[in-house]
Amino acid sequence: MVTLIVLVPLALAAAALAWPDGRTRPLLLLAGAVAHSAGMVALWVHPEPPLFDGYLFLDAAGKVVLTTTSVLFLATAVYAQGYLRRRSDRDNRMFVGGLLVLLAAMTVVGLAQHLGVLWVAIELTTLATAPLIYFNRNARSLEAAWKYLLVSSLGIALALLGTFFIALSGAGPGGPKSLLLGDLIGAGPELARPWVRAAFVFLLVGYGTKMGLAPLHSWKPDAYGEAPGILGALLAGGVTNFAFLSVARVFQVARAAGEQAFACDALLALGLLSMALAAVFMAGQRDFKRMLAYSSVEHMGILAVGLGLGGSAVAGAFYHVLNNGLSKGVLFLTAGNIHRAYGSKRVDDVRGASRRLPLSGPLFLAGFLAVAGTPPFSPFWSEFVIVNGALGSGRFVVGGLFLLFLAVIFVGMGATVLKVVQGDDRGAPARPGYGDSWLTAGPPLALILLVLALGLWLPRALENLFQSAAHLVAGS
Amino acid sequence: MTSWIDMTFILVVVIDLFLLASSRLGAAIRAVALQGALLSLLALLLASPAHDTGHVLLVSFGALAIKAMFIPWLMFRAIRETAIRREVEPLIGYVPSMLLGGAGVALAFAFSRGLPLPTPEMHAFLVPTALATVWTGLLLVVSRRKAVTQVLGFLVLENGVFVFGLLLTDFMPVMVEAGVLLDLLAAVFVMGIVMFHINREFSSLDTDALASLKD
Repeated sequence: MVTLIVLVPLALAAAALAWPDGRTRPLLLLAGAVAHSAGMVALWVHPEPPLFDGYLFLDAAGKVVLTTTSVLFLATAVYAQGYLRRRSDRDNRMFVGGLLVLLAAMTVVGLAQHLGVLWVAIELTTLATAPLIYFNRNARSLEAAWKYLLVSSLGIALALLGTFFIALSGAGPGGPKSLLLGDLIGAGPELARPWVRAAFVFLLVGYGTKMGLAPLHSWKPDAYGEAPGILGALLAGGVTNFAFLSVARVFQVARAAGEQAFACDALLALGLLSMALAAVFMAGQRDFKRMLAYSSVEHMGILAVGLGLGGSAVAGAFYHVLNNGLSKGVLFLTAGNIHRAYGSKRVDDVRGASRRLPLSGPLFLAGFLAVAGTPPFSPFWSEFVIVNGALGSGRFVVGGLFLLFLAVIFVGMGATVLKVVQGDDRGAPARPGYGDSWLTAGPPLALILLVLALGLWLPRALENLFQSAAHLVAGS
Repeated sequence: MTSWIDMTFILVVVIDLFLLASSRLGAAIRAVALQGALLSLLALLLASPAHDTGHVLLVSFGALAIKAMFIPWLMFRAIRETAIRREVEPLIGYVPSMLLGGAGVALAFAFSRGLPLPTPEMHAFLVPTALATVWTGLLLVVSRRKAVTQVLGFLVLENGVFVFGLLLTDFMPVMVEAGVLLDLLAAVFVMGIVMFHINREFSSLDTDALASLKD
């Protein structure tokens, strides 16, 4: 099953590139999503032992991120049926194929227990997404794709150097001479600590670029602003979560080598900086898709803070991975609907979305409330666990700043969202024929109901999964 | 033998500095190609009898074919099609970037002095050369305006990572090194396609034209 959830999307991607008919091609995307979700259900019911000498294995941390992505990808694949039908003017060959390759690459990241395999898969997520940002074939999307490719490639190159540093740290006499996580963690104190520390810096910068942590986030507003909503949802709710998982893998090694204190401080610094920067740029943002990019910077910051705090906050961070993935899906898909119905994503042009789009408008608002941490939506609980972890361990400054940034972001983001949703849409630019349909408004509706349900009742199985992921990564 | 290795490392660093000072794109691409050839030579020179010969040859010829021939050829094609010859007004001037590059070399030596290698020493110049080249690459990417020069900077950065990877040849699986070459190929390939489109949209390869997205 583990090999199937990688190979089936890849095979379907090849089929999509060869498929002659653009109208039926998006169905391959749906087939890939359904197959992947079915595979994930099977893996929940029957966990599998490590494969290929332990290179691939679905552990608790990978399971959190991969399950989230599988649900999100299913929702976006349904949405894509409606979206690509409306965009029949564009050739969707690269788009469908690229998304399926992205699904396979993300799955490998989730399964990888070897830092080299992990790196190759992260590289592949970049290569699969860069052409998709250019889907709209105009100067602005080209600029966004170029920035994304250049900045991500730099990050990936530095991550490779960091991976080499880790390999070197275990190359001494009696060292593991391996990049398998199990070997590295088993060797623990045998690793050369200065090299592990240097490696953590390079890998945090490298994978932090993919996560979009400040100050490495420069590609994010452009890419999210110009990419189609589907890709925005998969980048903000999928790829960045996997980049966080990669940082968590490196953290495991650093912790085993005795560099936990240094790694935690670095994560806390970047995490709080990201939240602060998001708070500054979110206020007065005139473009609601770029605003979502800063929201993504904020939530990556929250994940980094959760991991950096250690203790009970780490389980909160993994809970937040799930919540971030699902609620980013709601926001990006509805933002895409609003963008199309108005032909603009400027806050000055768009108003009264809840009148013109009776489903997408209110869903956009609900998505904002969820992502900003309003009860009873589930992000409230994961953020609560993280704050609780900060205050419970006496980190009052971190906890206080965390709450302050959340409050500022709530106000800043809320002002923009309300301008878009409320008011009278008469006189605003219009593009007839782009109203709500079940295919484009149904998936975000399903996702927000899921976020609400998880906020009201978190199944015991998921709670245990977050605990064991936290135990695996941070020993807490 | 050792003096030959010394010489090669020094040449790699000299090329770094040359790239920082050069404004002619053709000369810069040739320099990067030469650097690729030197790396291929290094892979051979640094091999000890303990190494698997097939593996060493694969890495060496891979570097020669991709870094010294294929990619420079691709870059020459790109500048011929877009008819650009020179870098214009870099964000950081040639003399300041030379000075920054020189400082980078000094820092790289200091840094590698502070980080003792856990493996038996391969060559004293290896780590400083790798770090100085990585630094040069970063500097080129952030300080130049032309898309071609930025790609060249990325290649130099990758060359630095490759030099560092040579430390690992005796115990790392082929996959990681293949990853370097694959990455290089794929990145430039995609960048090449994007550049082609930039050219068509803006009729220049000046990434300053790519500045309409900002807050």
